[in-house]
Amino acid sequence: MPPSEPAVALNDLRVAFGKVQVVDGVDLTVERGQAMALIGESGSGKSVTLRAILRLFPEGRSRIEGRILAAGKDVQALTKRQLADFRGGDVSMIFQEPLLAFDPVYTVGRQITEAILRHEKMSKDEARKRALALFERVRIPSPERRLDNYPHEMSGGMRQRAMIALALACRPQVLLADEPTTALDATVQIQVLLLLRELQRDLGLSIIIVTHDLGAAVEVADRIAVMYAGKIVETGTAHQVVLNPHHPYTIGLLRSRAEGALAKGSRLETIPGSPPDLANRPPGCPFAPRCFLAEERCRREMPPVAEIAPGHHVACWRTEEAAEAYRAGPTPVRAAEPVPA
Amino acid sequence: MSVIPDASDPFARDRGGPAQPLLSVSGLTKHFPVRKAGGKKQVVRAVDGVDFDVLKGETLGIVGESGCGKSTTAKLLMGLIERDSGGLLYDGQAVGERAMPWRSYRRQVQMVFQDSYASLNPRMTVEQSIAFGPKVNGVPGREAVERARGLLARVGLEPKRFAGRYPHEISGGQRQRVNIARSLALEPRLVLLDEAVSALDKSVEAQVLNLLLDLKAEFGLTYIFISHDLNVVRFISDRVMVMYLGRVSEIGPSDTVLDAPAHPYTEALLASMPSLDPDNRTQVALLAGDPPNPIDPPTGCRFHPRCALAEDICSQTEPPLDGIQPLHRVACLARQPGSGHSAAPIPAIAA
Repeated sequence: MPPSEPAVALNDLRVAFGKVQVVDGVDLTVERGQAMALIGESGSGKSVTLRAILRLFPEGRSRIEGRILAAGKDVQALTKRQLADFRGGDVSMIFQEPLLAFDPVYTVGRQITEAILRHEKMSKDEARKRALALFERVRIPSPERRLDNYPHEMSGGMRQRAMIALALACRPQVLLADEPTTALDATVQIQVLLLLRELQRDLGLSIIIVTHDLGAAVEVADRIAVMYAGKIVETGTAHQVVLNPHHPYTIGLLRSRAEGALAKGSRLETIPGSPPDLANRPPGCPFAPRCFLAEERCRREMPPVAEIAPGHHVACWRTEEAAEAYRAGPTPVRAAEPVPA
Repeated sequence: MSVIPDASDPFARDRGGPAQPLLSVSGLTKHFPVRKAGGKKQVVRAVDGVDFDVLKGETLGIVGESGCGKSTTAKLLMGLIERDSGGLLYDGQAVGERAMPWRSYRRQVQMVFQDSYASLNPRMTVEQSIAFGPKVNGVPGREAVERARGLLARVGLEPKRFAGRYPHEISGGQRQRVNIARSLALEPRLVLLDEAVSALDKSVEAQVLNLLLDLKAEFGLTYIFISHDLNVVRFISDRVMVMYLGRVSEIGPSDTVLDAPAHPYTEALLASMPSLDPDNRTQVALLAGDPPNPIDPPTGCRFHPRCALAEDICSQTEPPLDGIQPLHRVACLARQPGSGHSAAPIPAIAA
C-alpha cells in the first residue's frame, strides 16, 4: 500500500441489526503508525465500529453500509478466503477477556503456531521459534515454559500479553483493541497500556483502541474520537479533546470524572438522563435531550461536522458556547429535573 | 406492630455513643481449601488476619487488586460466608452471639453488589423486591409497599412509572438505584457497597455517587465502599484501607493515604492510575507482573517480591500494622522505627 494511504479509513459507515441502527454514519481515518482511541459509553457503537472493520458480524443478521478501507484493502469486497487471510494477516484484534478468546483445550503456544502456519509457509519448529520471540517481545517471563501453558494456567495480565503476541503473530499492520485493559487490575493495566505504546513505536503499528476509560485512552492514543449514539461527535488529538473540548458530551464526560471533584463531599457534575434508545432515535442531535446547551435547532437538525482547528472536528451547533462554558468552569445544570439513568 | 422503629433519628438505636466504632473487626480470617493435582491440600488465604474499625457516620473505602480479599471481607462482614476466626463487634455487641444474633444484625447492615441484574429476583417487580425485606421482618404488606414506593421516589425513580417493572425492563443505572433502595428498606445503619458503581457508565456512575452522598446525609448512614477505582474512593471516602493479599497494608484518612502514601504498594497503586494529561503520560510502570497467588503468599512482608524498598529483613519479618501518625497505620518495616530496615526512621529515645 502506498505510504500516503491511511491505515484505516471508514467512510459513512452504518451498521444495523434488524431495525436498530447501531452505527450511524461514522467517518474515521487512522494514519499509519498512529494510535486512535474510540471512547464512549456502552451502546455508543464503539465496539461495533471496531468489529465491522474485521467483518465479524454474521451477514444475515447485520447490514453494513459505507466504505471500510483497512491496510489498503476494501473490506466489503473481500471474498471469504481473502477475508481469512486479511484477519490476522493485515489487521488483527485483541479482546477484553482473553480467557474467553483463547481455546481452553490447547496450549497457548500451539494456538499461536497454528495461526502462524495458517498464514505463512514454514516448519513447525520455525513457527515455534517465532512464537517464542513474540513472547519475549511482549515480555512474558520465562517464555519457553509459558508457551506450553494452557490459558487457565496464566494470570490475567499474562493472558492479555499472550493475546497480544497472538495478534501480532502474522505481522499485521493494524491492531484493533477492544477494551483491552478493562478486565485487568490497575497495576497490570498500566503495564499493558505501556506495552501497546511501545509496540506502536517499535513496530510502526497502527492501533485503534476502544475504551470507556478516558485515562486509558490518553495513555495510549495520539488521537481520540468520542462516540455517542452511533455517531462520532468529536475527534482530535488527545491534547485537543481532553484539554480543549468543544462538544458538550465530551465536556460532560470530563466533568463527571471523580478526580474532577476537588473538595470531598462536593457533588459531581453529571450528565443528566441516559443514552437514547437506538431503536427510537430522536430527530436532530442525539445528545440534545441531555445537553445543557440544547436549543430548538438541535432537536430538529443533526449538526454537521465542523473543523474548528486543524485536525479537530466537532459535530455540534454550538461549539463556541460549549468551549466557553468549559473554560468558564462548572457546567450550568439545566433547570428541568431529568429522568435518571 | 413493626419491628423497625419509626424514629427517623438515625442515632435512636445507638448504644455506645459517637466514639464507639459502629463495627469493629478483629483478626478476621478466611481460608478456602483447594485441592491441587495429586490430592495435595492447600488453602487460599483470602483474608488473613484483618483488623479495622468502621466509625459511626464515616465512609470507609477499601481498595486493592483482585485477589486481595476485599470482596471476601465484605461477604464475611455480612455473614454470607462463614468466617474461620476473628470477631465482629457491632456497636459494642458481638455479632452472632445472644445479644446480637445474625438476623437482627442483618437488619442493620445491608449490602449492594456490583452486578445489578444478578442481585434482583427476575420474577419480582421492582416494588416487590424492595418490599420483600420489610415483609419478611414483620411489616404489614400494605405498609411495606408504601415504603417501597417512598424509597423508589427517593432514589429518583418515579414510583408510578417504575414500581411495576421487572429488572430486565430498566437500565443498569436504574437497577442499581433499585438495589440501593432495597438496601435501605430496613433502615440499616451500615451499608456495604461492593463495587456498586463499577459496572456503570461514567456519566451514570457520577449520578449514583451523588445519590449515595445525599442518602448518607439524609439517613445518617455509614458506608463501607469497596472499589478498585482510586479516584472514586478518593471522592467518596473519609478513610481508606488498602489491602494486599489478604492483609491490610495501610489505613488512614483518605487525604493522607492517597496524597502522601506511606506504603510502597499504595504508592505503586496510585502511580498506576492512568494520567489524564496528554503532555504528561505515564512513562514507567512501578510494578511489574501480576499480584501473586494468595495460595502461597510470600513469607515476611507479602509485598516484598514486588517492592522497591525490599531488604533481607522484609522476607523474614511480617510487618505489623503500626501507627506512624495518629489515625494513620502502615504495615511496612521501612516506616517503622527500630524495625531493622535501613530506611526506617530512628526511634525516639525516651527521656
